[in-house]
Amino acid sequence: MTDRTLLATFDDESDLLAATRAVRKQGYSIVDIYTPCAVHGLDEAMGLKPSRLPWVCFVCGIIGAVGMLWFEHWTAAVNWPIDVGGKPWNALPSDIPVAFEFMVLLAGFGSVFALLGVCRLYPGKRAQVPSLQVTDDRFVMVIDQADAAFDLSTVEQLLEEFNVVEIAERVTSSSTSDEEPNARRLADMTSGGQS
Amino acid sequence: MSSIHADDPFRGGHIVDNTAEVPGTRAPLVLNMERFGEVTEQVSRVSEAPRAPLAWYVAFAGSLGLLSLLGFCVLYLIFTGVGVWGLNTPVAWAYDITNFVFWVGIGHAGTLISAVLFLFRQRWRTSVNRSAEAMTLFAVMCAGIFPLIHMGRPWLAYWMAPYPNSRGSLWVNFKSPLLWDVFAISTYLLISAVFWYIGLLPDLATVRDRSQPGLRRRACSFLSLGWNGSARTWHRYETVYMLLAGLATPLVFSVHTIVSMDFATAVIPGWHTTIFPPYFVAGAIFSGLAMVLTLMIIARKVMQLENYVTLQHIDKMCKLMLAMGCVVGLAYGTEFFMAAYSGNAYEQFVFKNRALGPMKWAYWTMVSCNVIIPQLLWFPAVRRTIPAVFVLAIVVNIGMWFERFVIIVTSLHRDFLPSSWAHYSPTTIEIATFVGSFGLFFTCFLIFCRFVPMIAIAEVKGVLEPRQPKSNGEAHHEEAT
Repeated sequence: MTDRTLLATFDDESDLLAATRAVRKQGYSIVDIYTPCAVHGLDEAMGLKPSRLPWVCFVCGIIGAVGMLWFEHWTAAVNWPIDVGGKPWNALPSDIPVAFEFMVLLAGFGSVFALLGVCRLYPGKRAQVPSLQVTDDRFVMVIDQADAAFDLSTVEQLLEEFNVVEIAERVTSSSTSDEEPNARRLADMTSGGQS
Repeated sequence: MSSIHADDPFRGGHIVDNTAEVPGTRAPLVLNMERFGEVTEQVSRVSEAPRAPLAWYVAFAGSLGLLSLLGFCVLYLIFTGVGVWGLNTPVAWAYDITNFVFWVGIGHAGTLISAVLFLFRQRWRTSVNRSAEAMTLFAVMCAGIFPLIHMGRPWLAYWMAPYPNSRGSLWVNFKSPLLWDVFAISTYLLISAVFWYIGLLPDLATVRDRSQPGLRRRACSFLSLGWNGSARTWHRYETVYMLLAGLATPLVFSVHTIVSMDFATAVIPGWHTTIFPPYFVAGAIFSGLAMVLTLMIIARKVMQLENYVTLQHIDKMCKLMLAMGCVVGLAYGTEFFMAAYSGNAYEQFVFKNRALGPMKWAYWTMVSCNVIIPQLLWFPAVRRTIPAVFVLAIVVNIGMWFERFVIIVTSLHRDFLPSSWAHYSPTTIEIATFVGSFGLFFTCFLIFCRFVPMIAIAEVKGVLEPRQPKSNGEAHHEEAT
């Protein structure tokens, strides 16, 4: 089984944005795009749906706030009630600051760990980059060639219109031995990137 | 001073004025920069240079010296007892809590710049947010030391955590503002650290991918968590960054609100007032901006980052500082008005005592440094003269330290009963501990400057001026849609 992908390199984000729209309009599927910085509008151009991570944040925040309010009530009014300055045992206003802090803590950590989990980022992971320059100054679009509609010369022509800097074909297969050194890494990357 | 950018054609040795705002156009946020590669190159080179500038070594040696002083003072305190400080019965809090509030306040500008200005779409923040956030972390670390060593038995600090214990379980007192403070400060430290680290991920990947095999590449590879710049990752990353900014904004206001409640919930005249939370938050941001300016004015010079931290950035921070200084000035006035208007003899006495009593020198130092002298920032010429801004920032730092000293000590030393009045003066150990805390702060900051990209590379790339219109991409886009 082989995966054929086309790597189109751009050095300008407006070219990349326009090319993304055009390539998708022509019906080709973009595996992923690699950029050195967040490109404004690229998510829309690629048709990425809004992330659901805010829900993780919301749920974690609710758990943090409600959980801490319950805990404060339980410790101060149920488990060992102590009279502090004549205040009622279940003094709700004085429970709010800690509940608020804990809400922020849980919501923040929850969203960050969810991000790392969803994007499969973990300490020591080997980065699978299509080119070392994507973290510097190049934008690389990876187009799936497995499509029946894919025609190399048409796509090349289309990309040329958007000042593509470099077009490379990557064929990756677990059996072929004449693949390029980092083609294997790309194969891992593309399968990981689609999840 | 040896130069790390000796052959750098882009280094800005000259001062370019990019502060003018012409309606309809925007002054460039980053100077002399057109390509992404230049940003990567210039920022990474600071940490990649085999040797730091001489000034860095001198500063680092000095900071280590102060850090050892801090270590000595803390150990001496712990082995001898809190008696080595000049505290007495009405003045049971003085230098330590002053330093605590001073350092916590300094941290607040970092979060203001990284989170609040992010939500307000202030794109100039990109050049200063990384170092301002680092400053927050280090300042909060310094702040944490003081309540800890004031405990007398700091090895029992874990008693502040609500964990099931063999004493009952005797839980912590959730009605106490001091406990709120424990939660507020630790949450603040953790969230700031995460926010800073998440912001650092793309830049660690950048450094990783341009490094030769070796320790740096291995470290960056480990710490960058396999970041590869995928648009899907960026998309989610941006969402989480926004969420963290949205969480950090109320957090930063809550932290100093809670710090102010340490005082405001007590019945001491001069403390027991509802103006404290906003007053403390404004003061915190004021002092923090002063510290950011102090650090950035030095760092941009020593690390040759004048193209990133430009006159415009300094100008804008000065304007923010002036606004906060005016809020603080208003709060000073309001306090006096409320004391007079309250008809409460104790309240009125405290404020008369502040302005005219034995510690009037501290009060008037505070007013001059925080309210009167910063008015010079109304003049554009002052805001654009870097040495003047530097001096003003130092003055504000001093003033804000005195603000906390005045609030804490003058309210305590003459309370309700004249028979229990006392005077307070710090001991050498107290002064040395405070001076030593700067050692911790600067040691951490210098290590950060040397080894971590000081400028958020990926974020600055996002605010570069649109490059030459060599692209016909947009025209194609018009056709395509």
